[in-house]
Amino acid sequence: MLPLLRDKSKIWGLAALFALLLIASAASLMLGRTEITFSTAVEAFRNYNEESIEHIVLHTERLPRTVIAGVVGAALAVAGALMQALTRNPLASPSVFGINAGAIFFIVLSIVVLSVSSLSTMMWFGFAGAALAALIVYALGSLGRDGITPIKIVLAGTAITALFSSFTQAMLVLNSTGLQDVLFWLAGSVSGRTLEMLYPVLPYMTIAALVALFMGRAINLLLTGEDIAKGMGQNVLLVKLLMGAVVVFLAGGSVAVAGSVGLVGLVVPHVMRALVGNDYRWLIPYSLFGGAVLLLCSDVIARLVILPNELPIGVVTALIGGPFFVYIARKGGAKV
Amino acid sequence: MSTLEAKNLTIAYGPEPVIEDLNLTIPQGQITVLIGSNGCGKSTLLRTMARLQAPRSGTVLLSGEEIAKLPTKEIAKRMSILPQGPSAPEGLTVNQLVRQGRYAHQSWLKQWSREDERMVRLALESTRLTELAERPVDALSGGQRQRAWIAMTLAQGANTLLLDEPTTYLDMSHQIEVLDLLFELNEKEQRTIVMVLHDLNLACRYAHHIVAVNEKSIYAQGQPEDIVTRELVRHVFGMECEITMDPLFGTPLCIPHGRGRSIHGESRYGQLAAAGAISSSG
Amino acid sequence: MRKTYVIRSKGERFSFLIERRAVLVITALMLLVLICAVVGTSIGSDFISPLQVLWTILGLNEGQHDFVVLTLRLPRVLLSLLVGAALGMSGAILQGIIRNPLASPDVIGITGGAAVAAVGFVTLLGGALSIKLLPAFAVIGALVTSLIIYALAWKSGVTPIRLVLIGIGVSSITGAGTTFMLILSPFYSAGQAYIWLTGSVYGAAWREVYTILPVILLVLPLSLWFARSINAQAFGDDLAAGLGVAVQRERVGLLLCSVLLAGFAVSVAGTLGFVGLIAPHIARRLVGNLFGSLLLASAPIGALLVCGADLIGRTAFLPLDVPAGVFTAGIGAPFFLYLLFRNRNQF
Repeated sequence: MLPLLRDKSKIWGLAALFALLLIASAASLMLGRTEITFSTAVEAFRNYNEESIEHIVLHTERLPRTVIAGVVGAALAVAGALMQALTRNPLASPSVFGINAGAIFFIVLSIVVLSVSSLSTMMWFGFAGAALAALIVYALGSLGRDGITPIKIVLAGTAITALFSSFTQAMLVLNSTGLQDVLFWLAGSVSGRTLEMLYPVLPYMTIAALVALFMGRAINLLLTGEDIAKGMGQNVLLVKLLMGAVVVFLAGGSVAVAGSVGLVGLVVPHVMRALVGNDYRWLIPYSLFGGAVLLLCSDVIARLVILPNELPIGVVTALIGGPFFVYIARKGGAKV
Repeated sequence: MSTLEAKNLTIAYGPEPVIEDLNLTIPQGQITVLIGSNGCGKSTLLRTMARLQAPRSGTVLLSGEEIAKLPTKEIAKRMSILPQGPSAPEGLTVNQLVRQGRYAHQSWLKQWSREDERMVRLALESTRLTELAERPVDALSGGQRQRAWIAMTLAQGANTLLLDEPTTYLDMSHQIEVLDLLFELNEKEQRTIVMVLHDLNLACRYAHHIVAVNEKSIYAQGQPEDIVTRELVRHVFGMECEITMDPLFGTPLCIPHGRGRSIHGESRYGQLAAAGAISSSG
Repeated sequence: MRKTYVIRSKGERFSFLIERRAVLVITALMLLVLICAVVGTSIGSDFISPLQVLWTILGLNEGQHDFVVLTLRLPRVLLSLLVGAALGMSGAILQGIIRNPLASPDVIGITGGAAVAAVGFVTLLGGALSIKLLPAFAVIGALVTSLIIYALAWKSGVTPIRLVLIGIGVSSITGAGTTFMLILSPFYSAGQAYIWLTGSVYGAAWREVYTILPVILLVLPLSLWFARSINAQAFGDDLAAGLGVAVQRERVGLLLCSVLLAGFAVSVAGTLGFVGLIAPHIARRLVGNLFGSLLLASAPIGALLVCGADLIGRTAFLPLDVPAGVFTAGIGAPFFLYLLFRNRNQF
């Protein structure tokens, strides 16, 4: 399939996506149980009034969740794009790979067994869990005569998810304090978080995203086939390790902040691929913005559908991503 | 004895038919081989004759009865089909496999009659598998495995055997092993055998009757020595060739044109040929 | 030589061929189930000797342990056995028709469908209809979901791989739907719902035992009726049709059997993961690949798995009661990975 955008329009497309991101962010700041008008929002940033409920809501609730949704969405989408290249599998994404479940289990483990309370320590547990799950699934998926195949990766990911989820469940049953909070978090959510929770992971995620942005050319070469890339003088192992590390930091960090938000990493790269083709120099920045937009919109939807309650954002992304997964599976493992 | 014929058969997967208005009568008690290039519809034709595929129009008659109107078990008693590349579950023994062939003759209360037992024993004997009966199918060689599948269709007790490329994925010695078995079954038990083969030369050697399928219908049919000519090969396979005589069997032998090393007059082999020490015709 | 028994009536009105090994294995498994039932009832926060348990069940104990044995423990043990048997059979049937060693009601998405319907019933219709209708809803959910999966996987035929992939995709949707319902629920009690979703026979009552028992009694002979057809289907659709099997019709019937079993199991015990996957595999090791014996062996093995998991869950961490689903998934998921590793050249 030919990409919709050609060379010159790609940069304009990126600008349009950025504009969309601004609009989505504004919507995320304004919409919800307490509606905030645009002028009030601007006012709240200019001179903050401690008396105004709207100003307080904006600062303590809307702003953190908007920033977190944007960051997490961007991180998951880029992680998904990299995973699809790394495994040459159109169905690869952090949640399908079991990375979310792995990170969650390690974090819950650190809380329940080791009584960890600092978020920066939890984060490292999250990274470790993400790395472990990714390694197991990757190893199992690439064994065998045909190398990596979509079905093996997906099955291994499903089983790893089930395994880590059952461990998590056991932990929670054995120590049921705060189960309610954790449950909401397990389903994935960006609400009720402060920006302070984002700060410890943000540097790592930023560095990982920057590395990803600079790897476009290397990934393009890798996609022509490992042997060809080697022949052209690429250090294939190094590139793959680097990609793996980026994935772990992006996905692990996202889980540490927002819990398990599924299928963003699956959907966004595919949609973006339809726009700019399989050129990773463009695909990565497009996924970055696209992921942020998708998660911001999902979060707005999650807040609005069952007012005055709200849904965990993971439910919304699963409801969007599930059909998409089915669609790709039906289309039949078209290679990345 | 049951006859098998196709009447005005048109078969299609999409809008464009694969086979159009085809008539064919399978000679009884003989080996019939369908040949044709890839995708010409010969396998589709065989599958339709075996009721695995419904035709768009036309009928297949088994002993004069339309197979579309016969109960599937009734067909199974008169005609068996071995599709291409069958696979058995892990660990299933030859014996267990061959017993499945009796499906059409059994019911919930009659799962293992004396007749069932006798037919399975005979099937194992005529495929020379009695010794291997307790071995798992997946532990057999390619040729033995194919013999086990044939044994299963024999146990079915049908007089007509349809086989879709029974020699694919087999190396040359196993191909001969399987075709020899089918030849014996035809000679000793007068079974009617219809099969699709890719190798034109083996088809000429084993078939009494060859049906060449081309452009949605039958291009030619008859005894190999009557119909296999340069024109047929050119038409059906789109290839230039020489037809010579098989030095062992006297059946037609097709030698394709094309490129390749020519060693006439150079090597010892070529000199021998030139001297007439080995036959070099064509 | 595999020893076989042949049973024939005089005029050959009926005749059977039975492998001796299968008879031995299945009898042994049934005995184990009986032992497990009695021992499982005697173990608990206070130990009641197996003999006492037997006397109490037979009503010869003058009501001494009646409450603990008859009201608390026995229904729970029986329910765990029955649910396990249902899941084991459901998995054996699915693996038979889908011809895939990795197929099971949970991987394919059937249990997810049952769960979303059950939770939806409680949340949306809570109170409007009798709770006795919950199993019916769960089964309808399972049926509808499996129909949707089958239809989505249909593309001039259904390949096992597409079925599994689409099942996983649909599972993520039903999973999200379940969470959605839970959060909507006015009776939202996260802990309870969570335990149910993990799969547990906690607080089992006789009513639940009577819900699932008739289903098993009905479906077991029905599936056995199809046993020879499944054996033939194992060779692929074409060959099965050549042997005289009405493939499509019988496949639908079998799928229905499998869905009924899994749906009812979920409705009484939540989503107990991986039992439907493991039980048939263990059975295959013991009795081989022929479906009749495989089905009859999968049932007691599934029963033992769930009963064992529940026994550990309620005794090992006293006073906590860990849902059995934690253990079945804890054993099942690694086993699944092992199967994937063993079949790595197939996918």
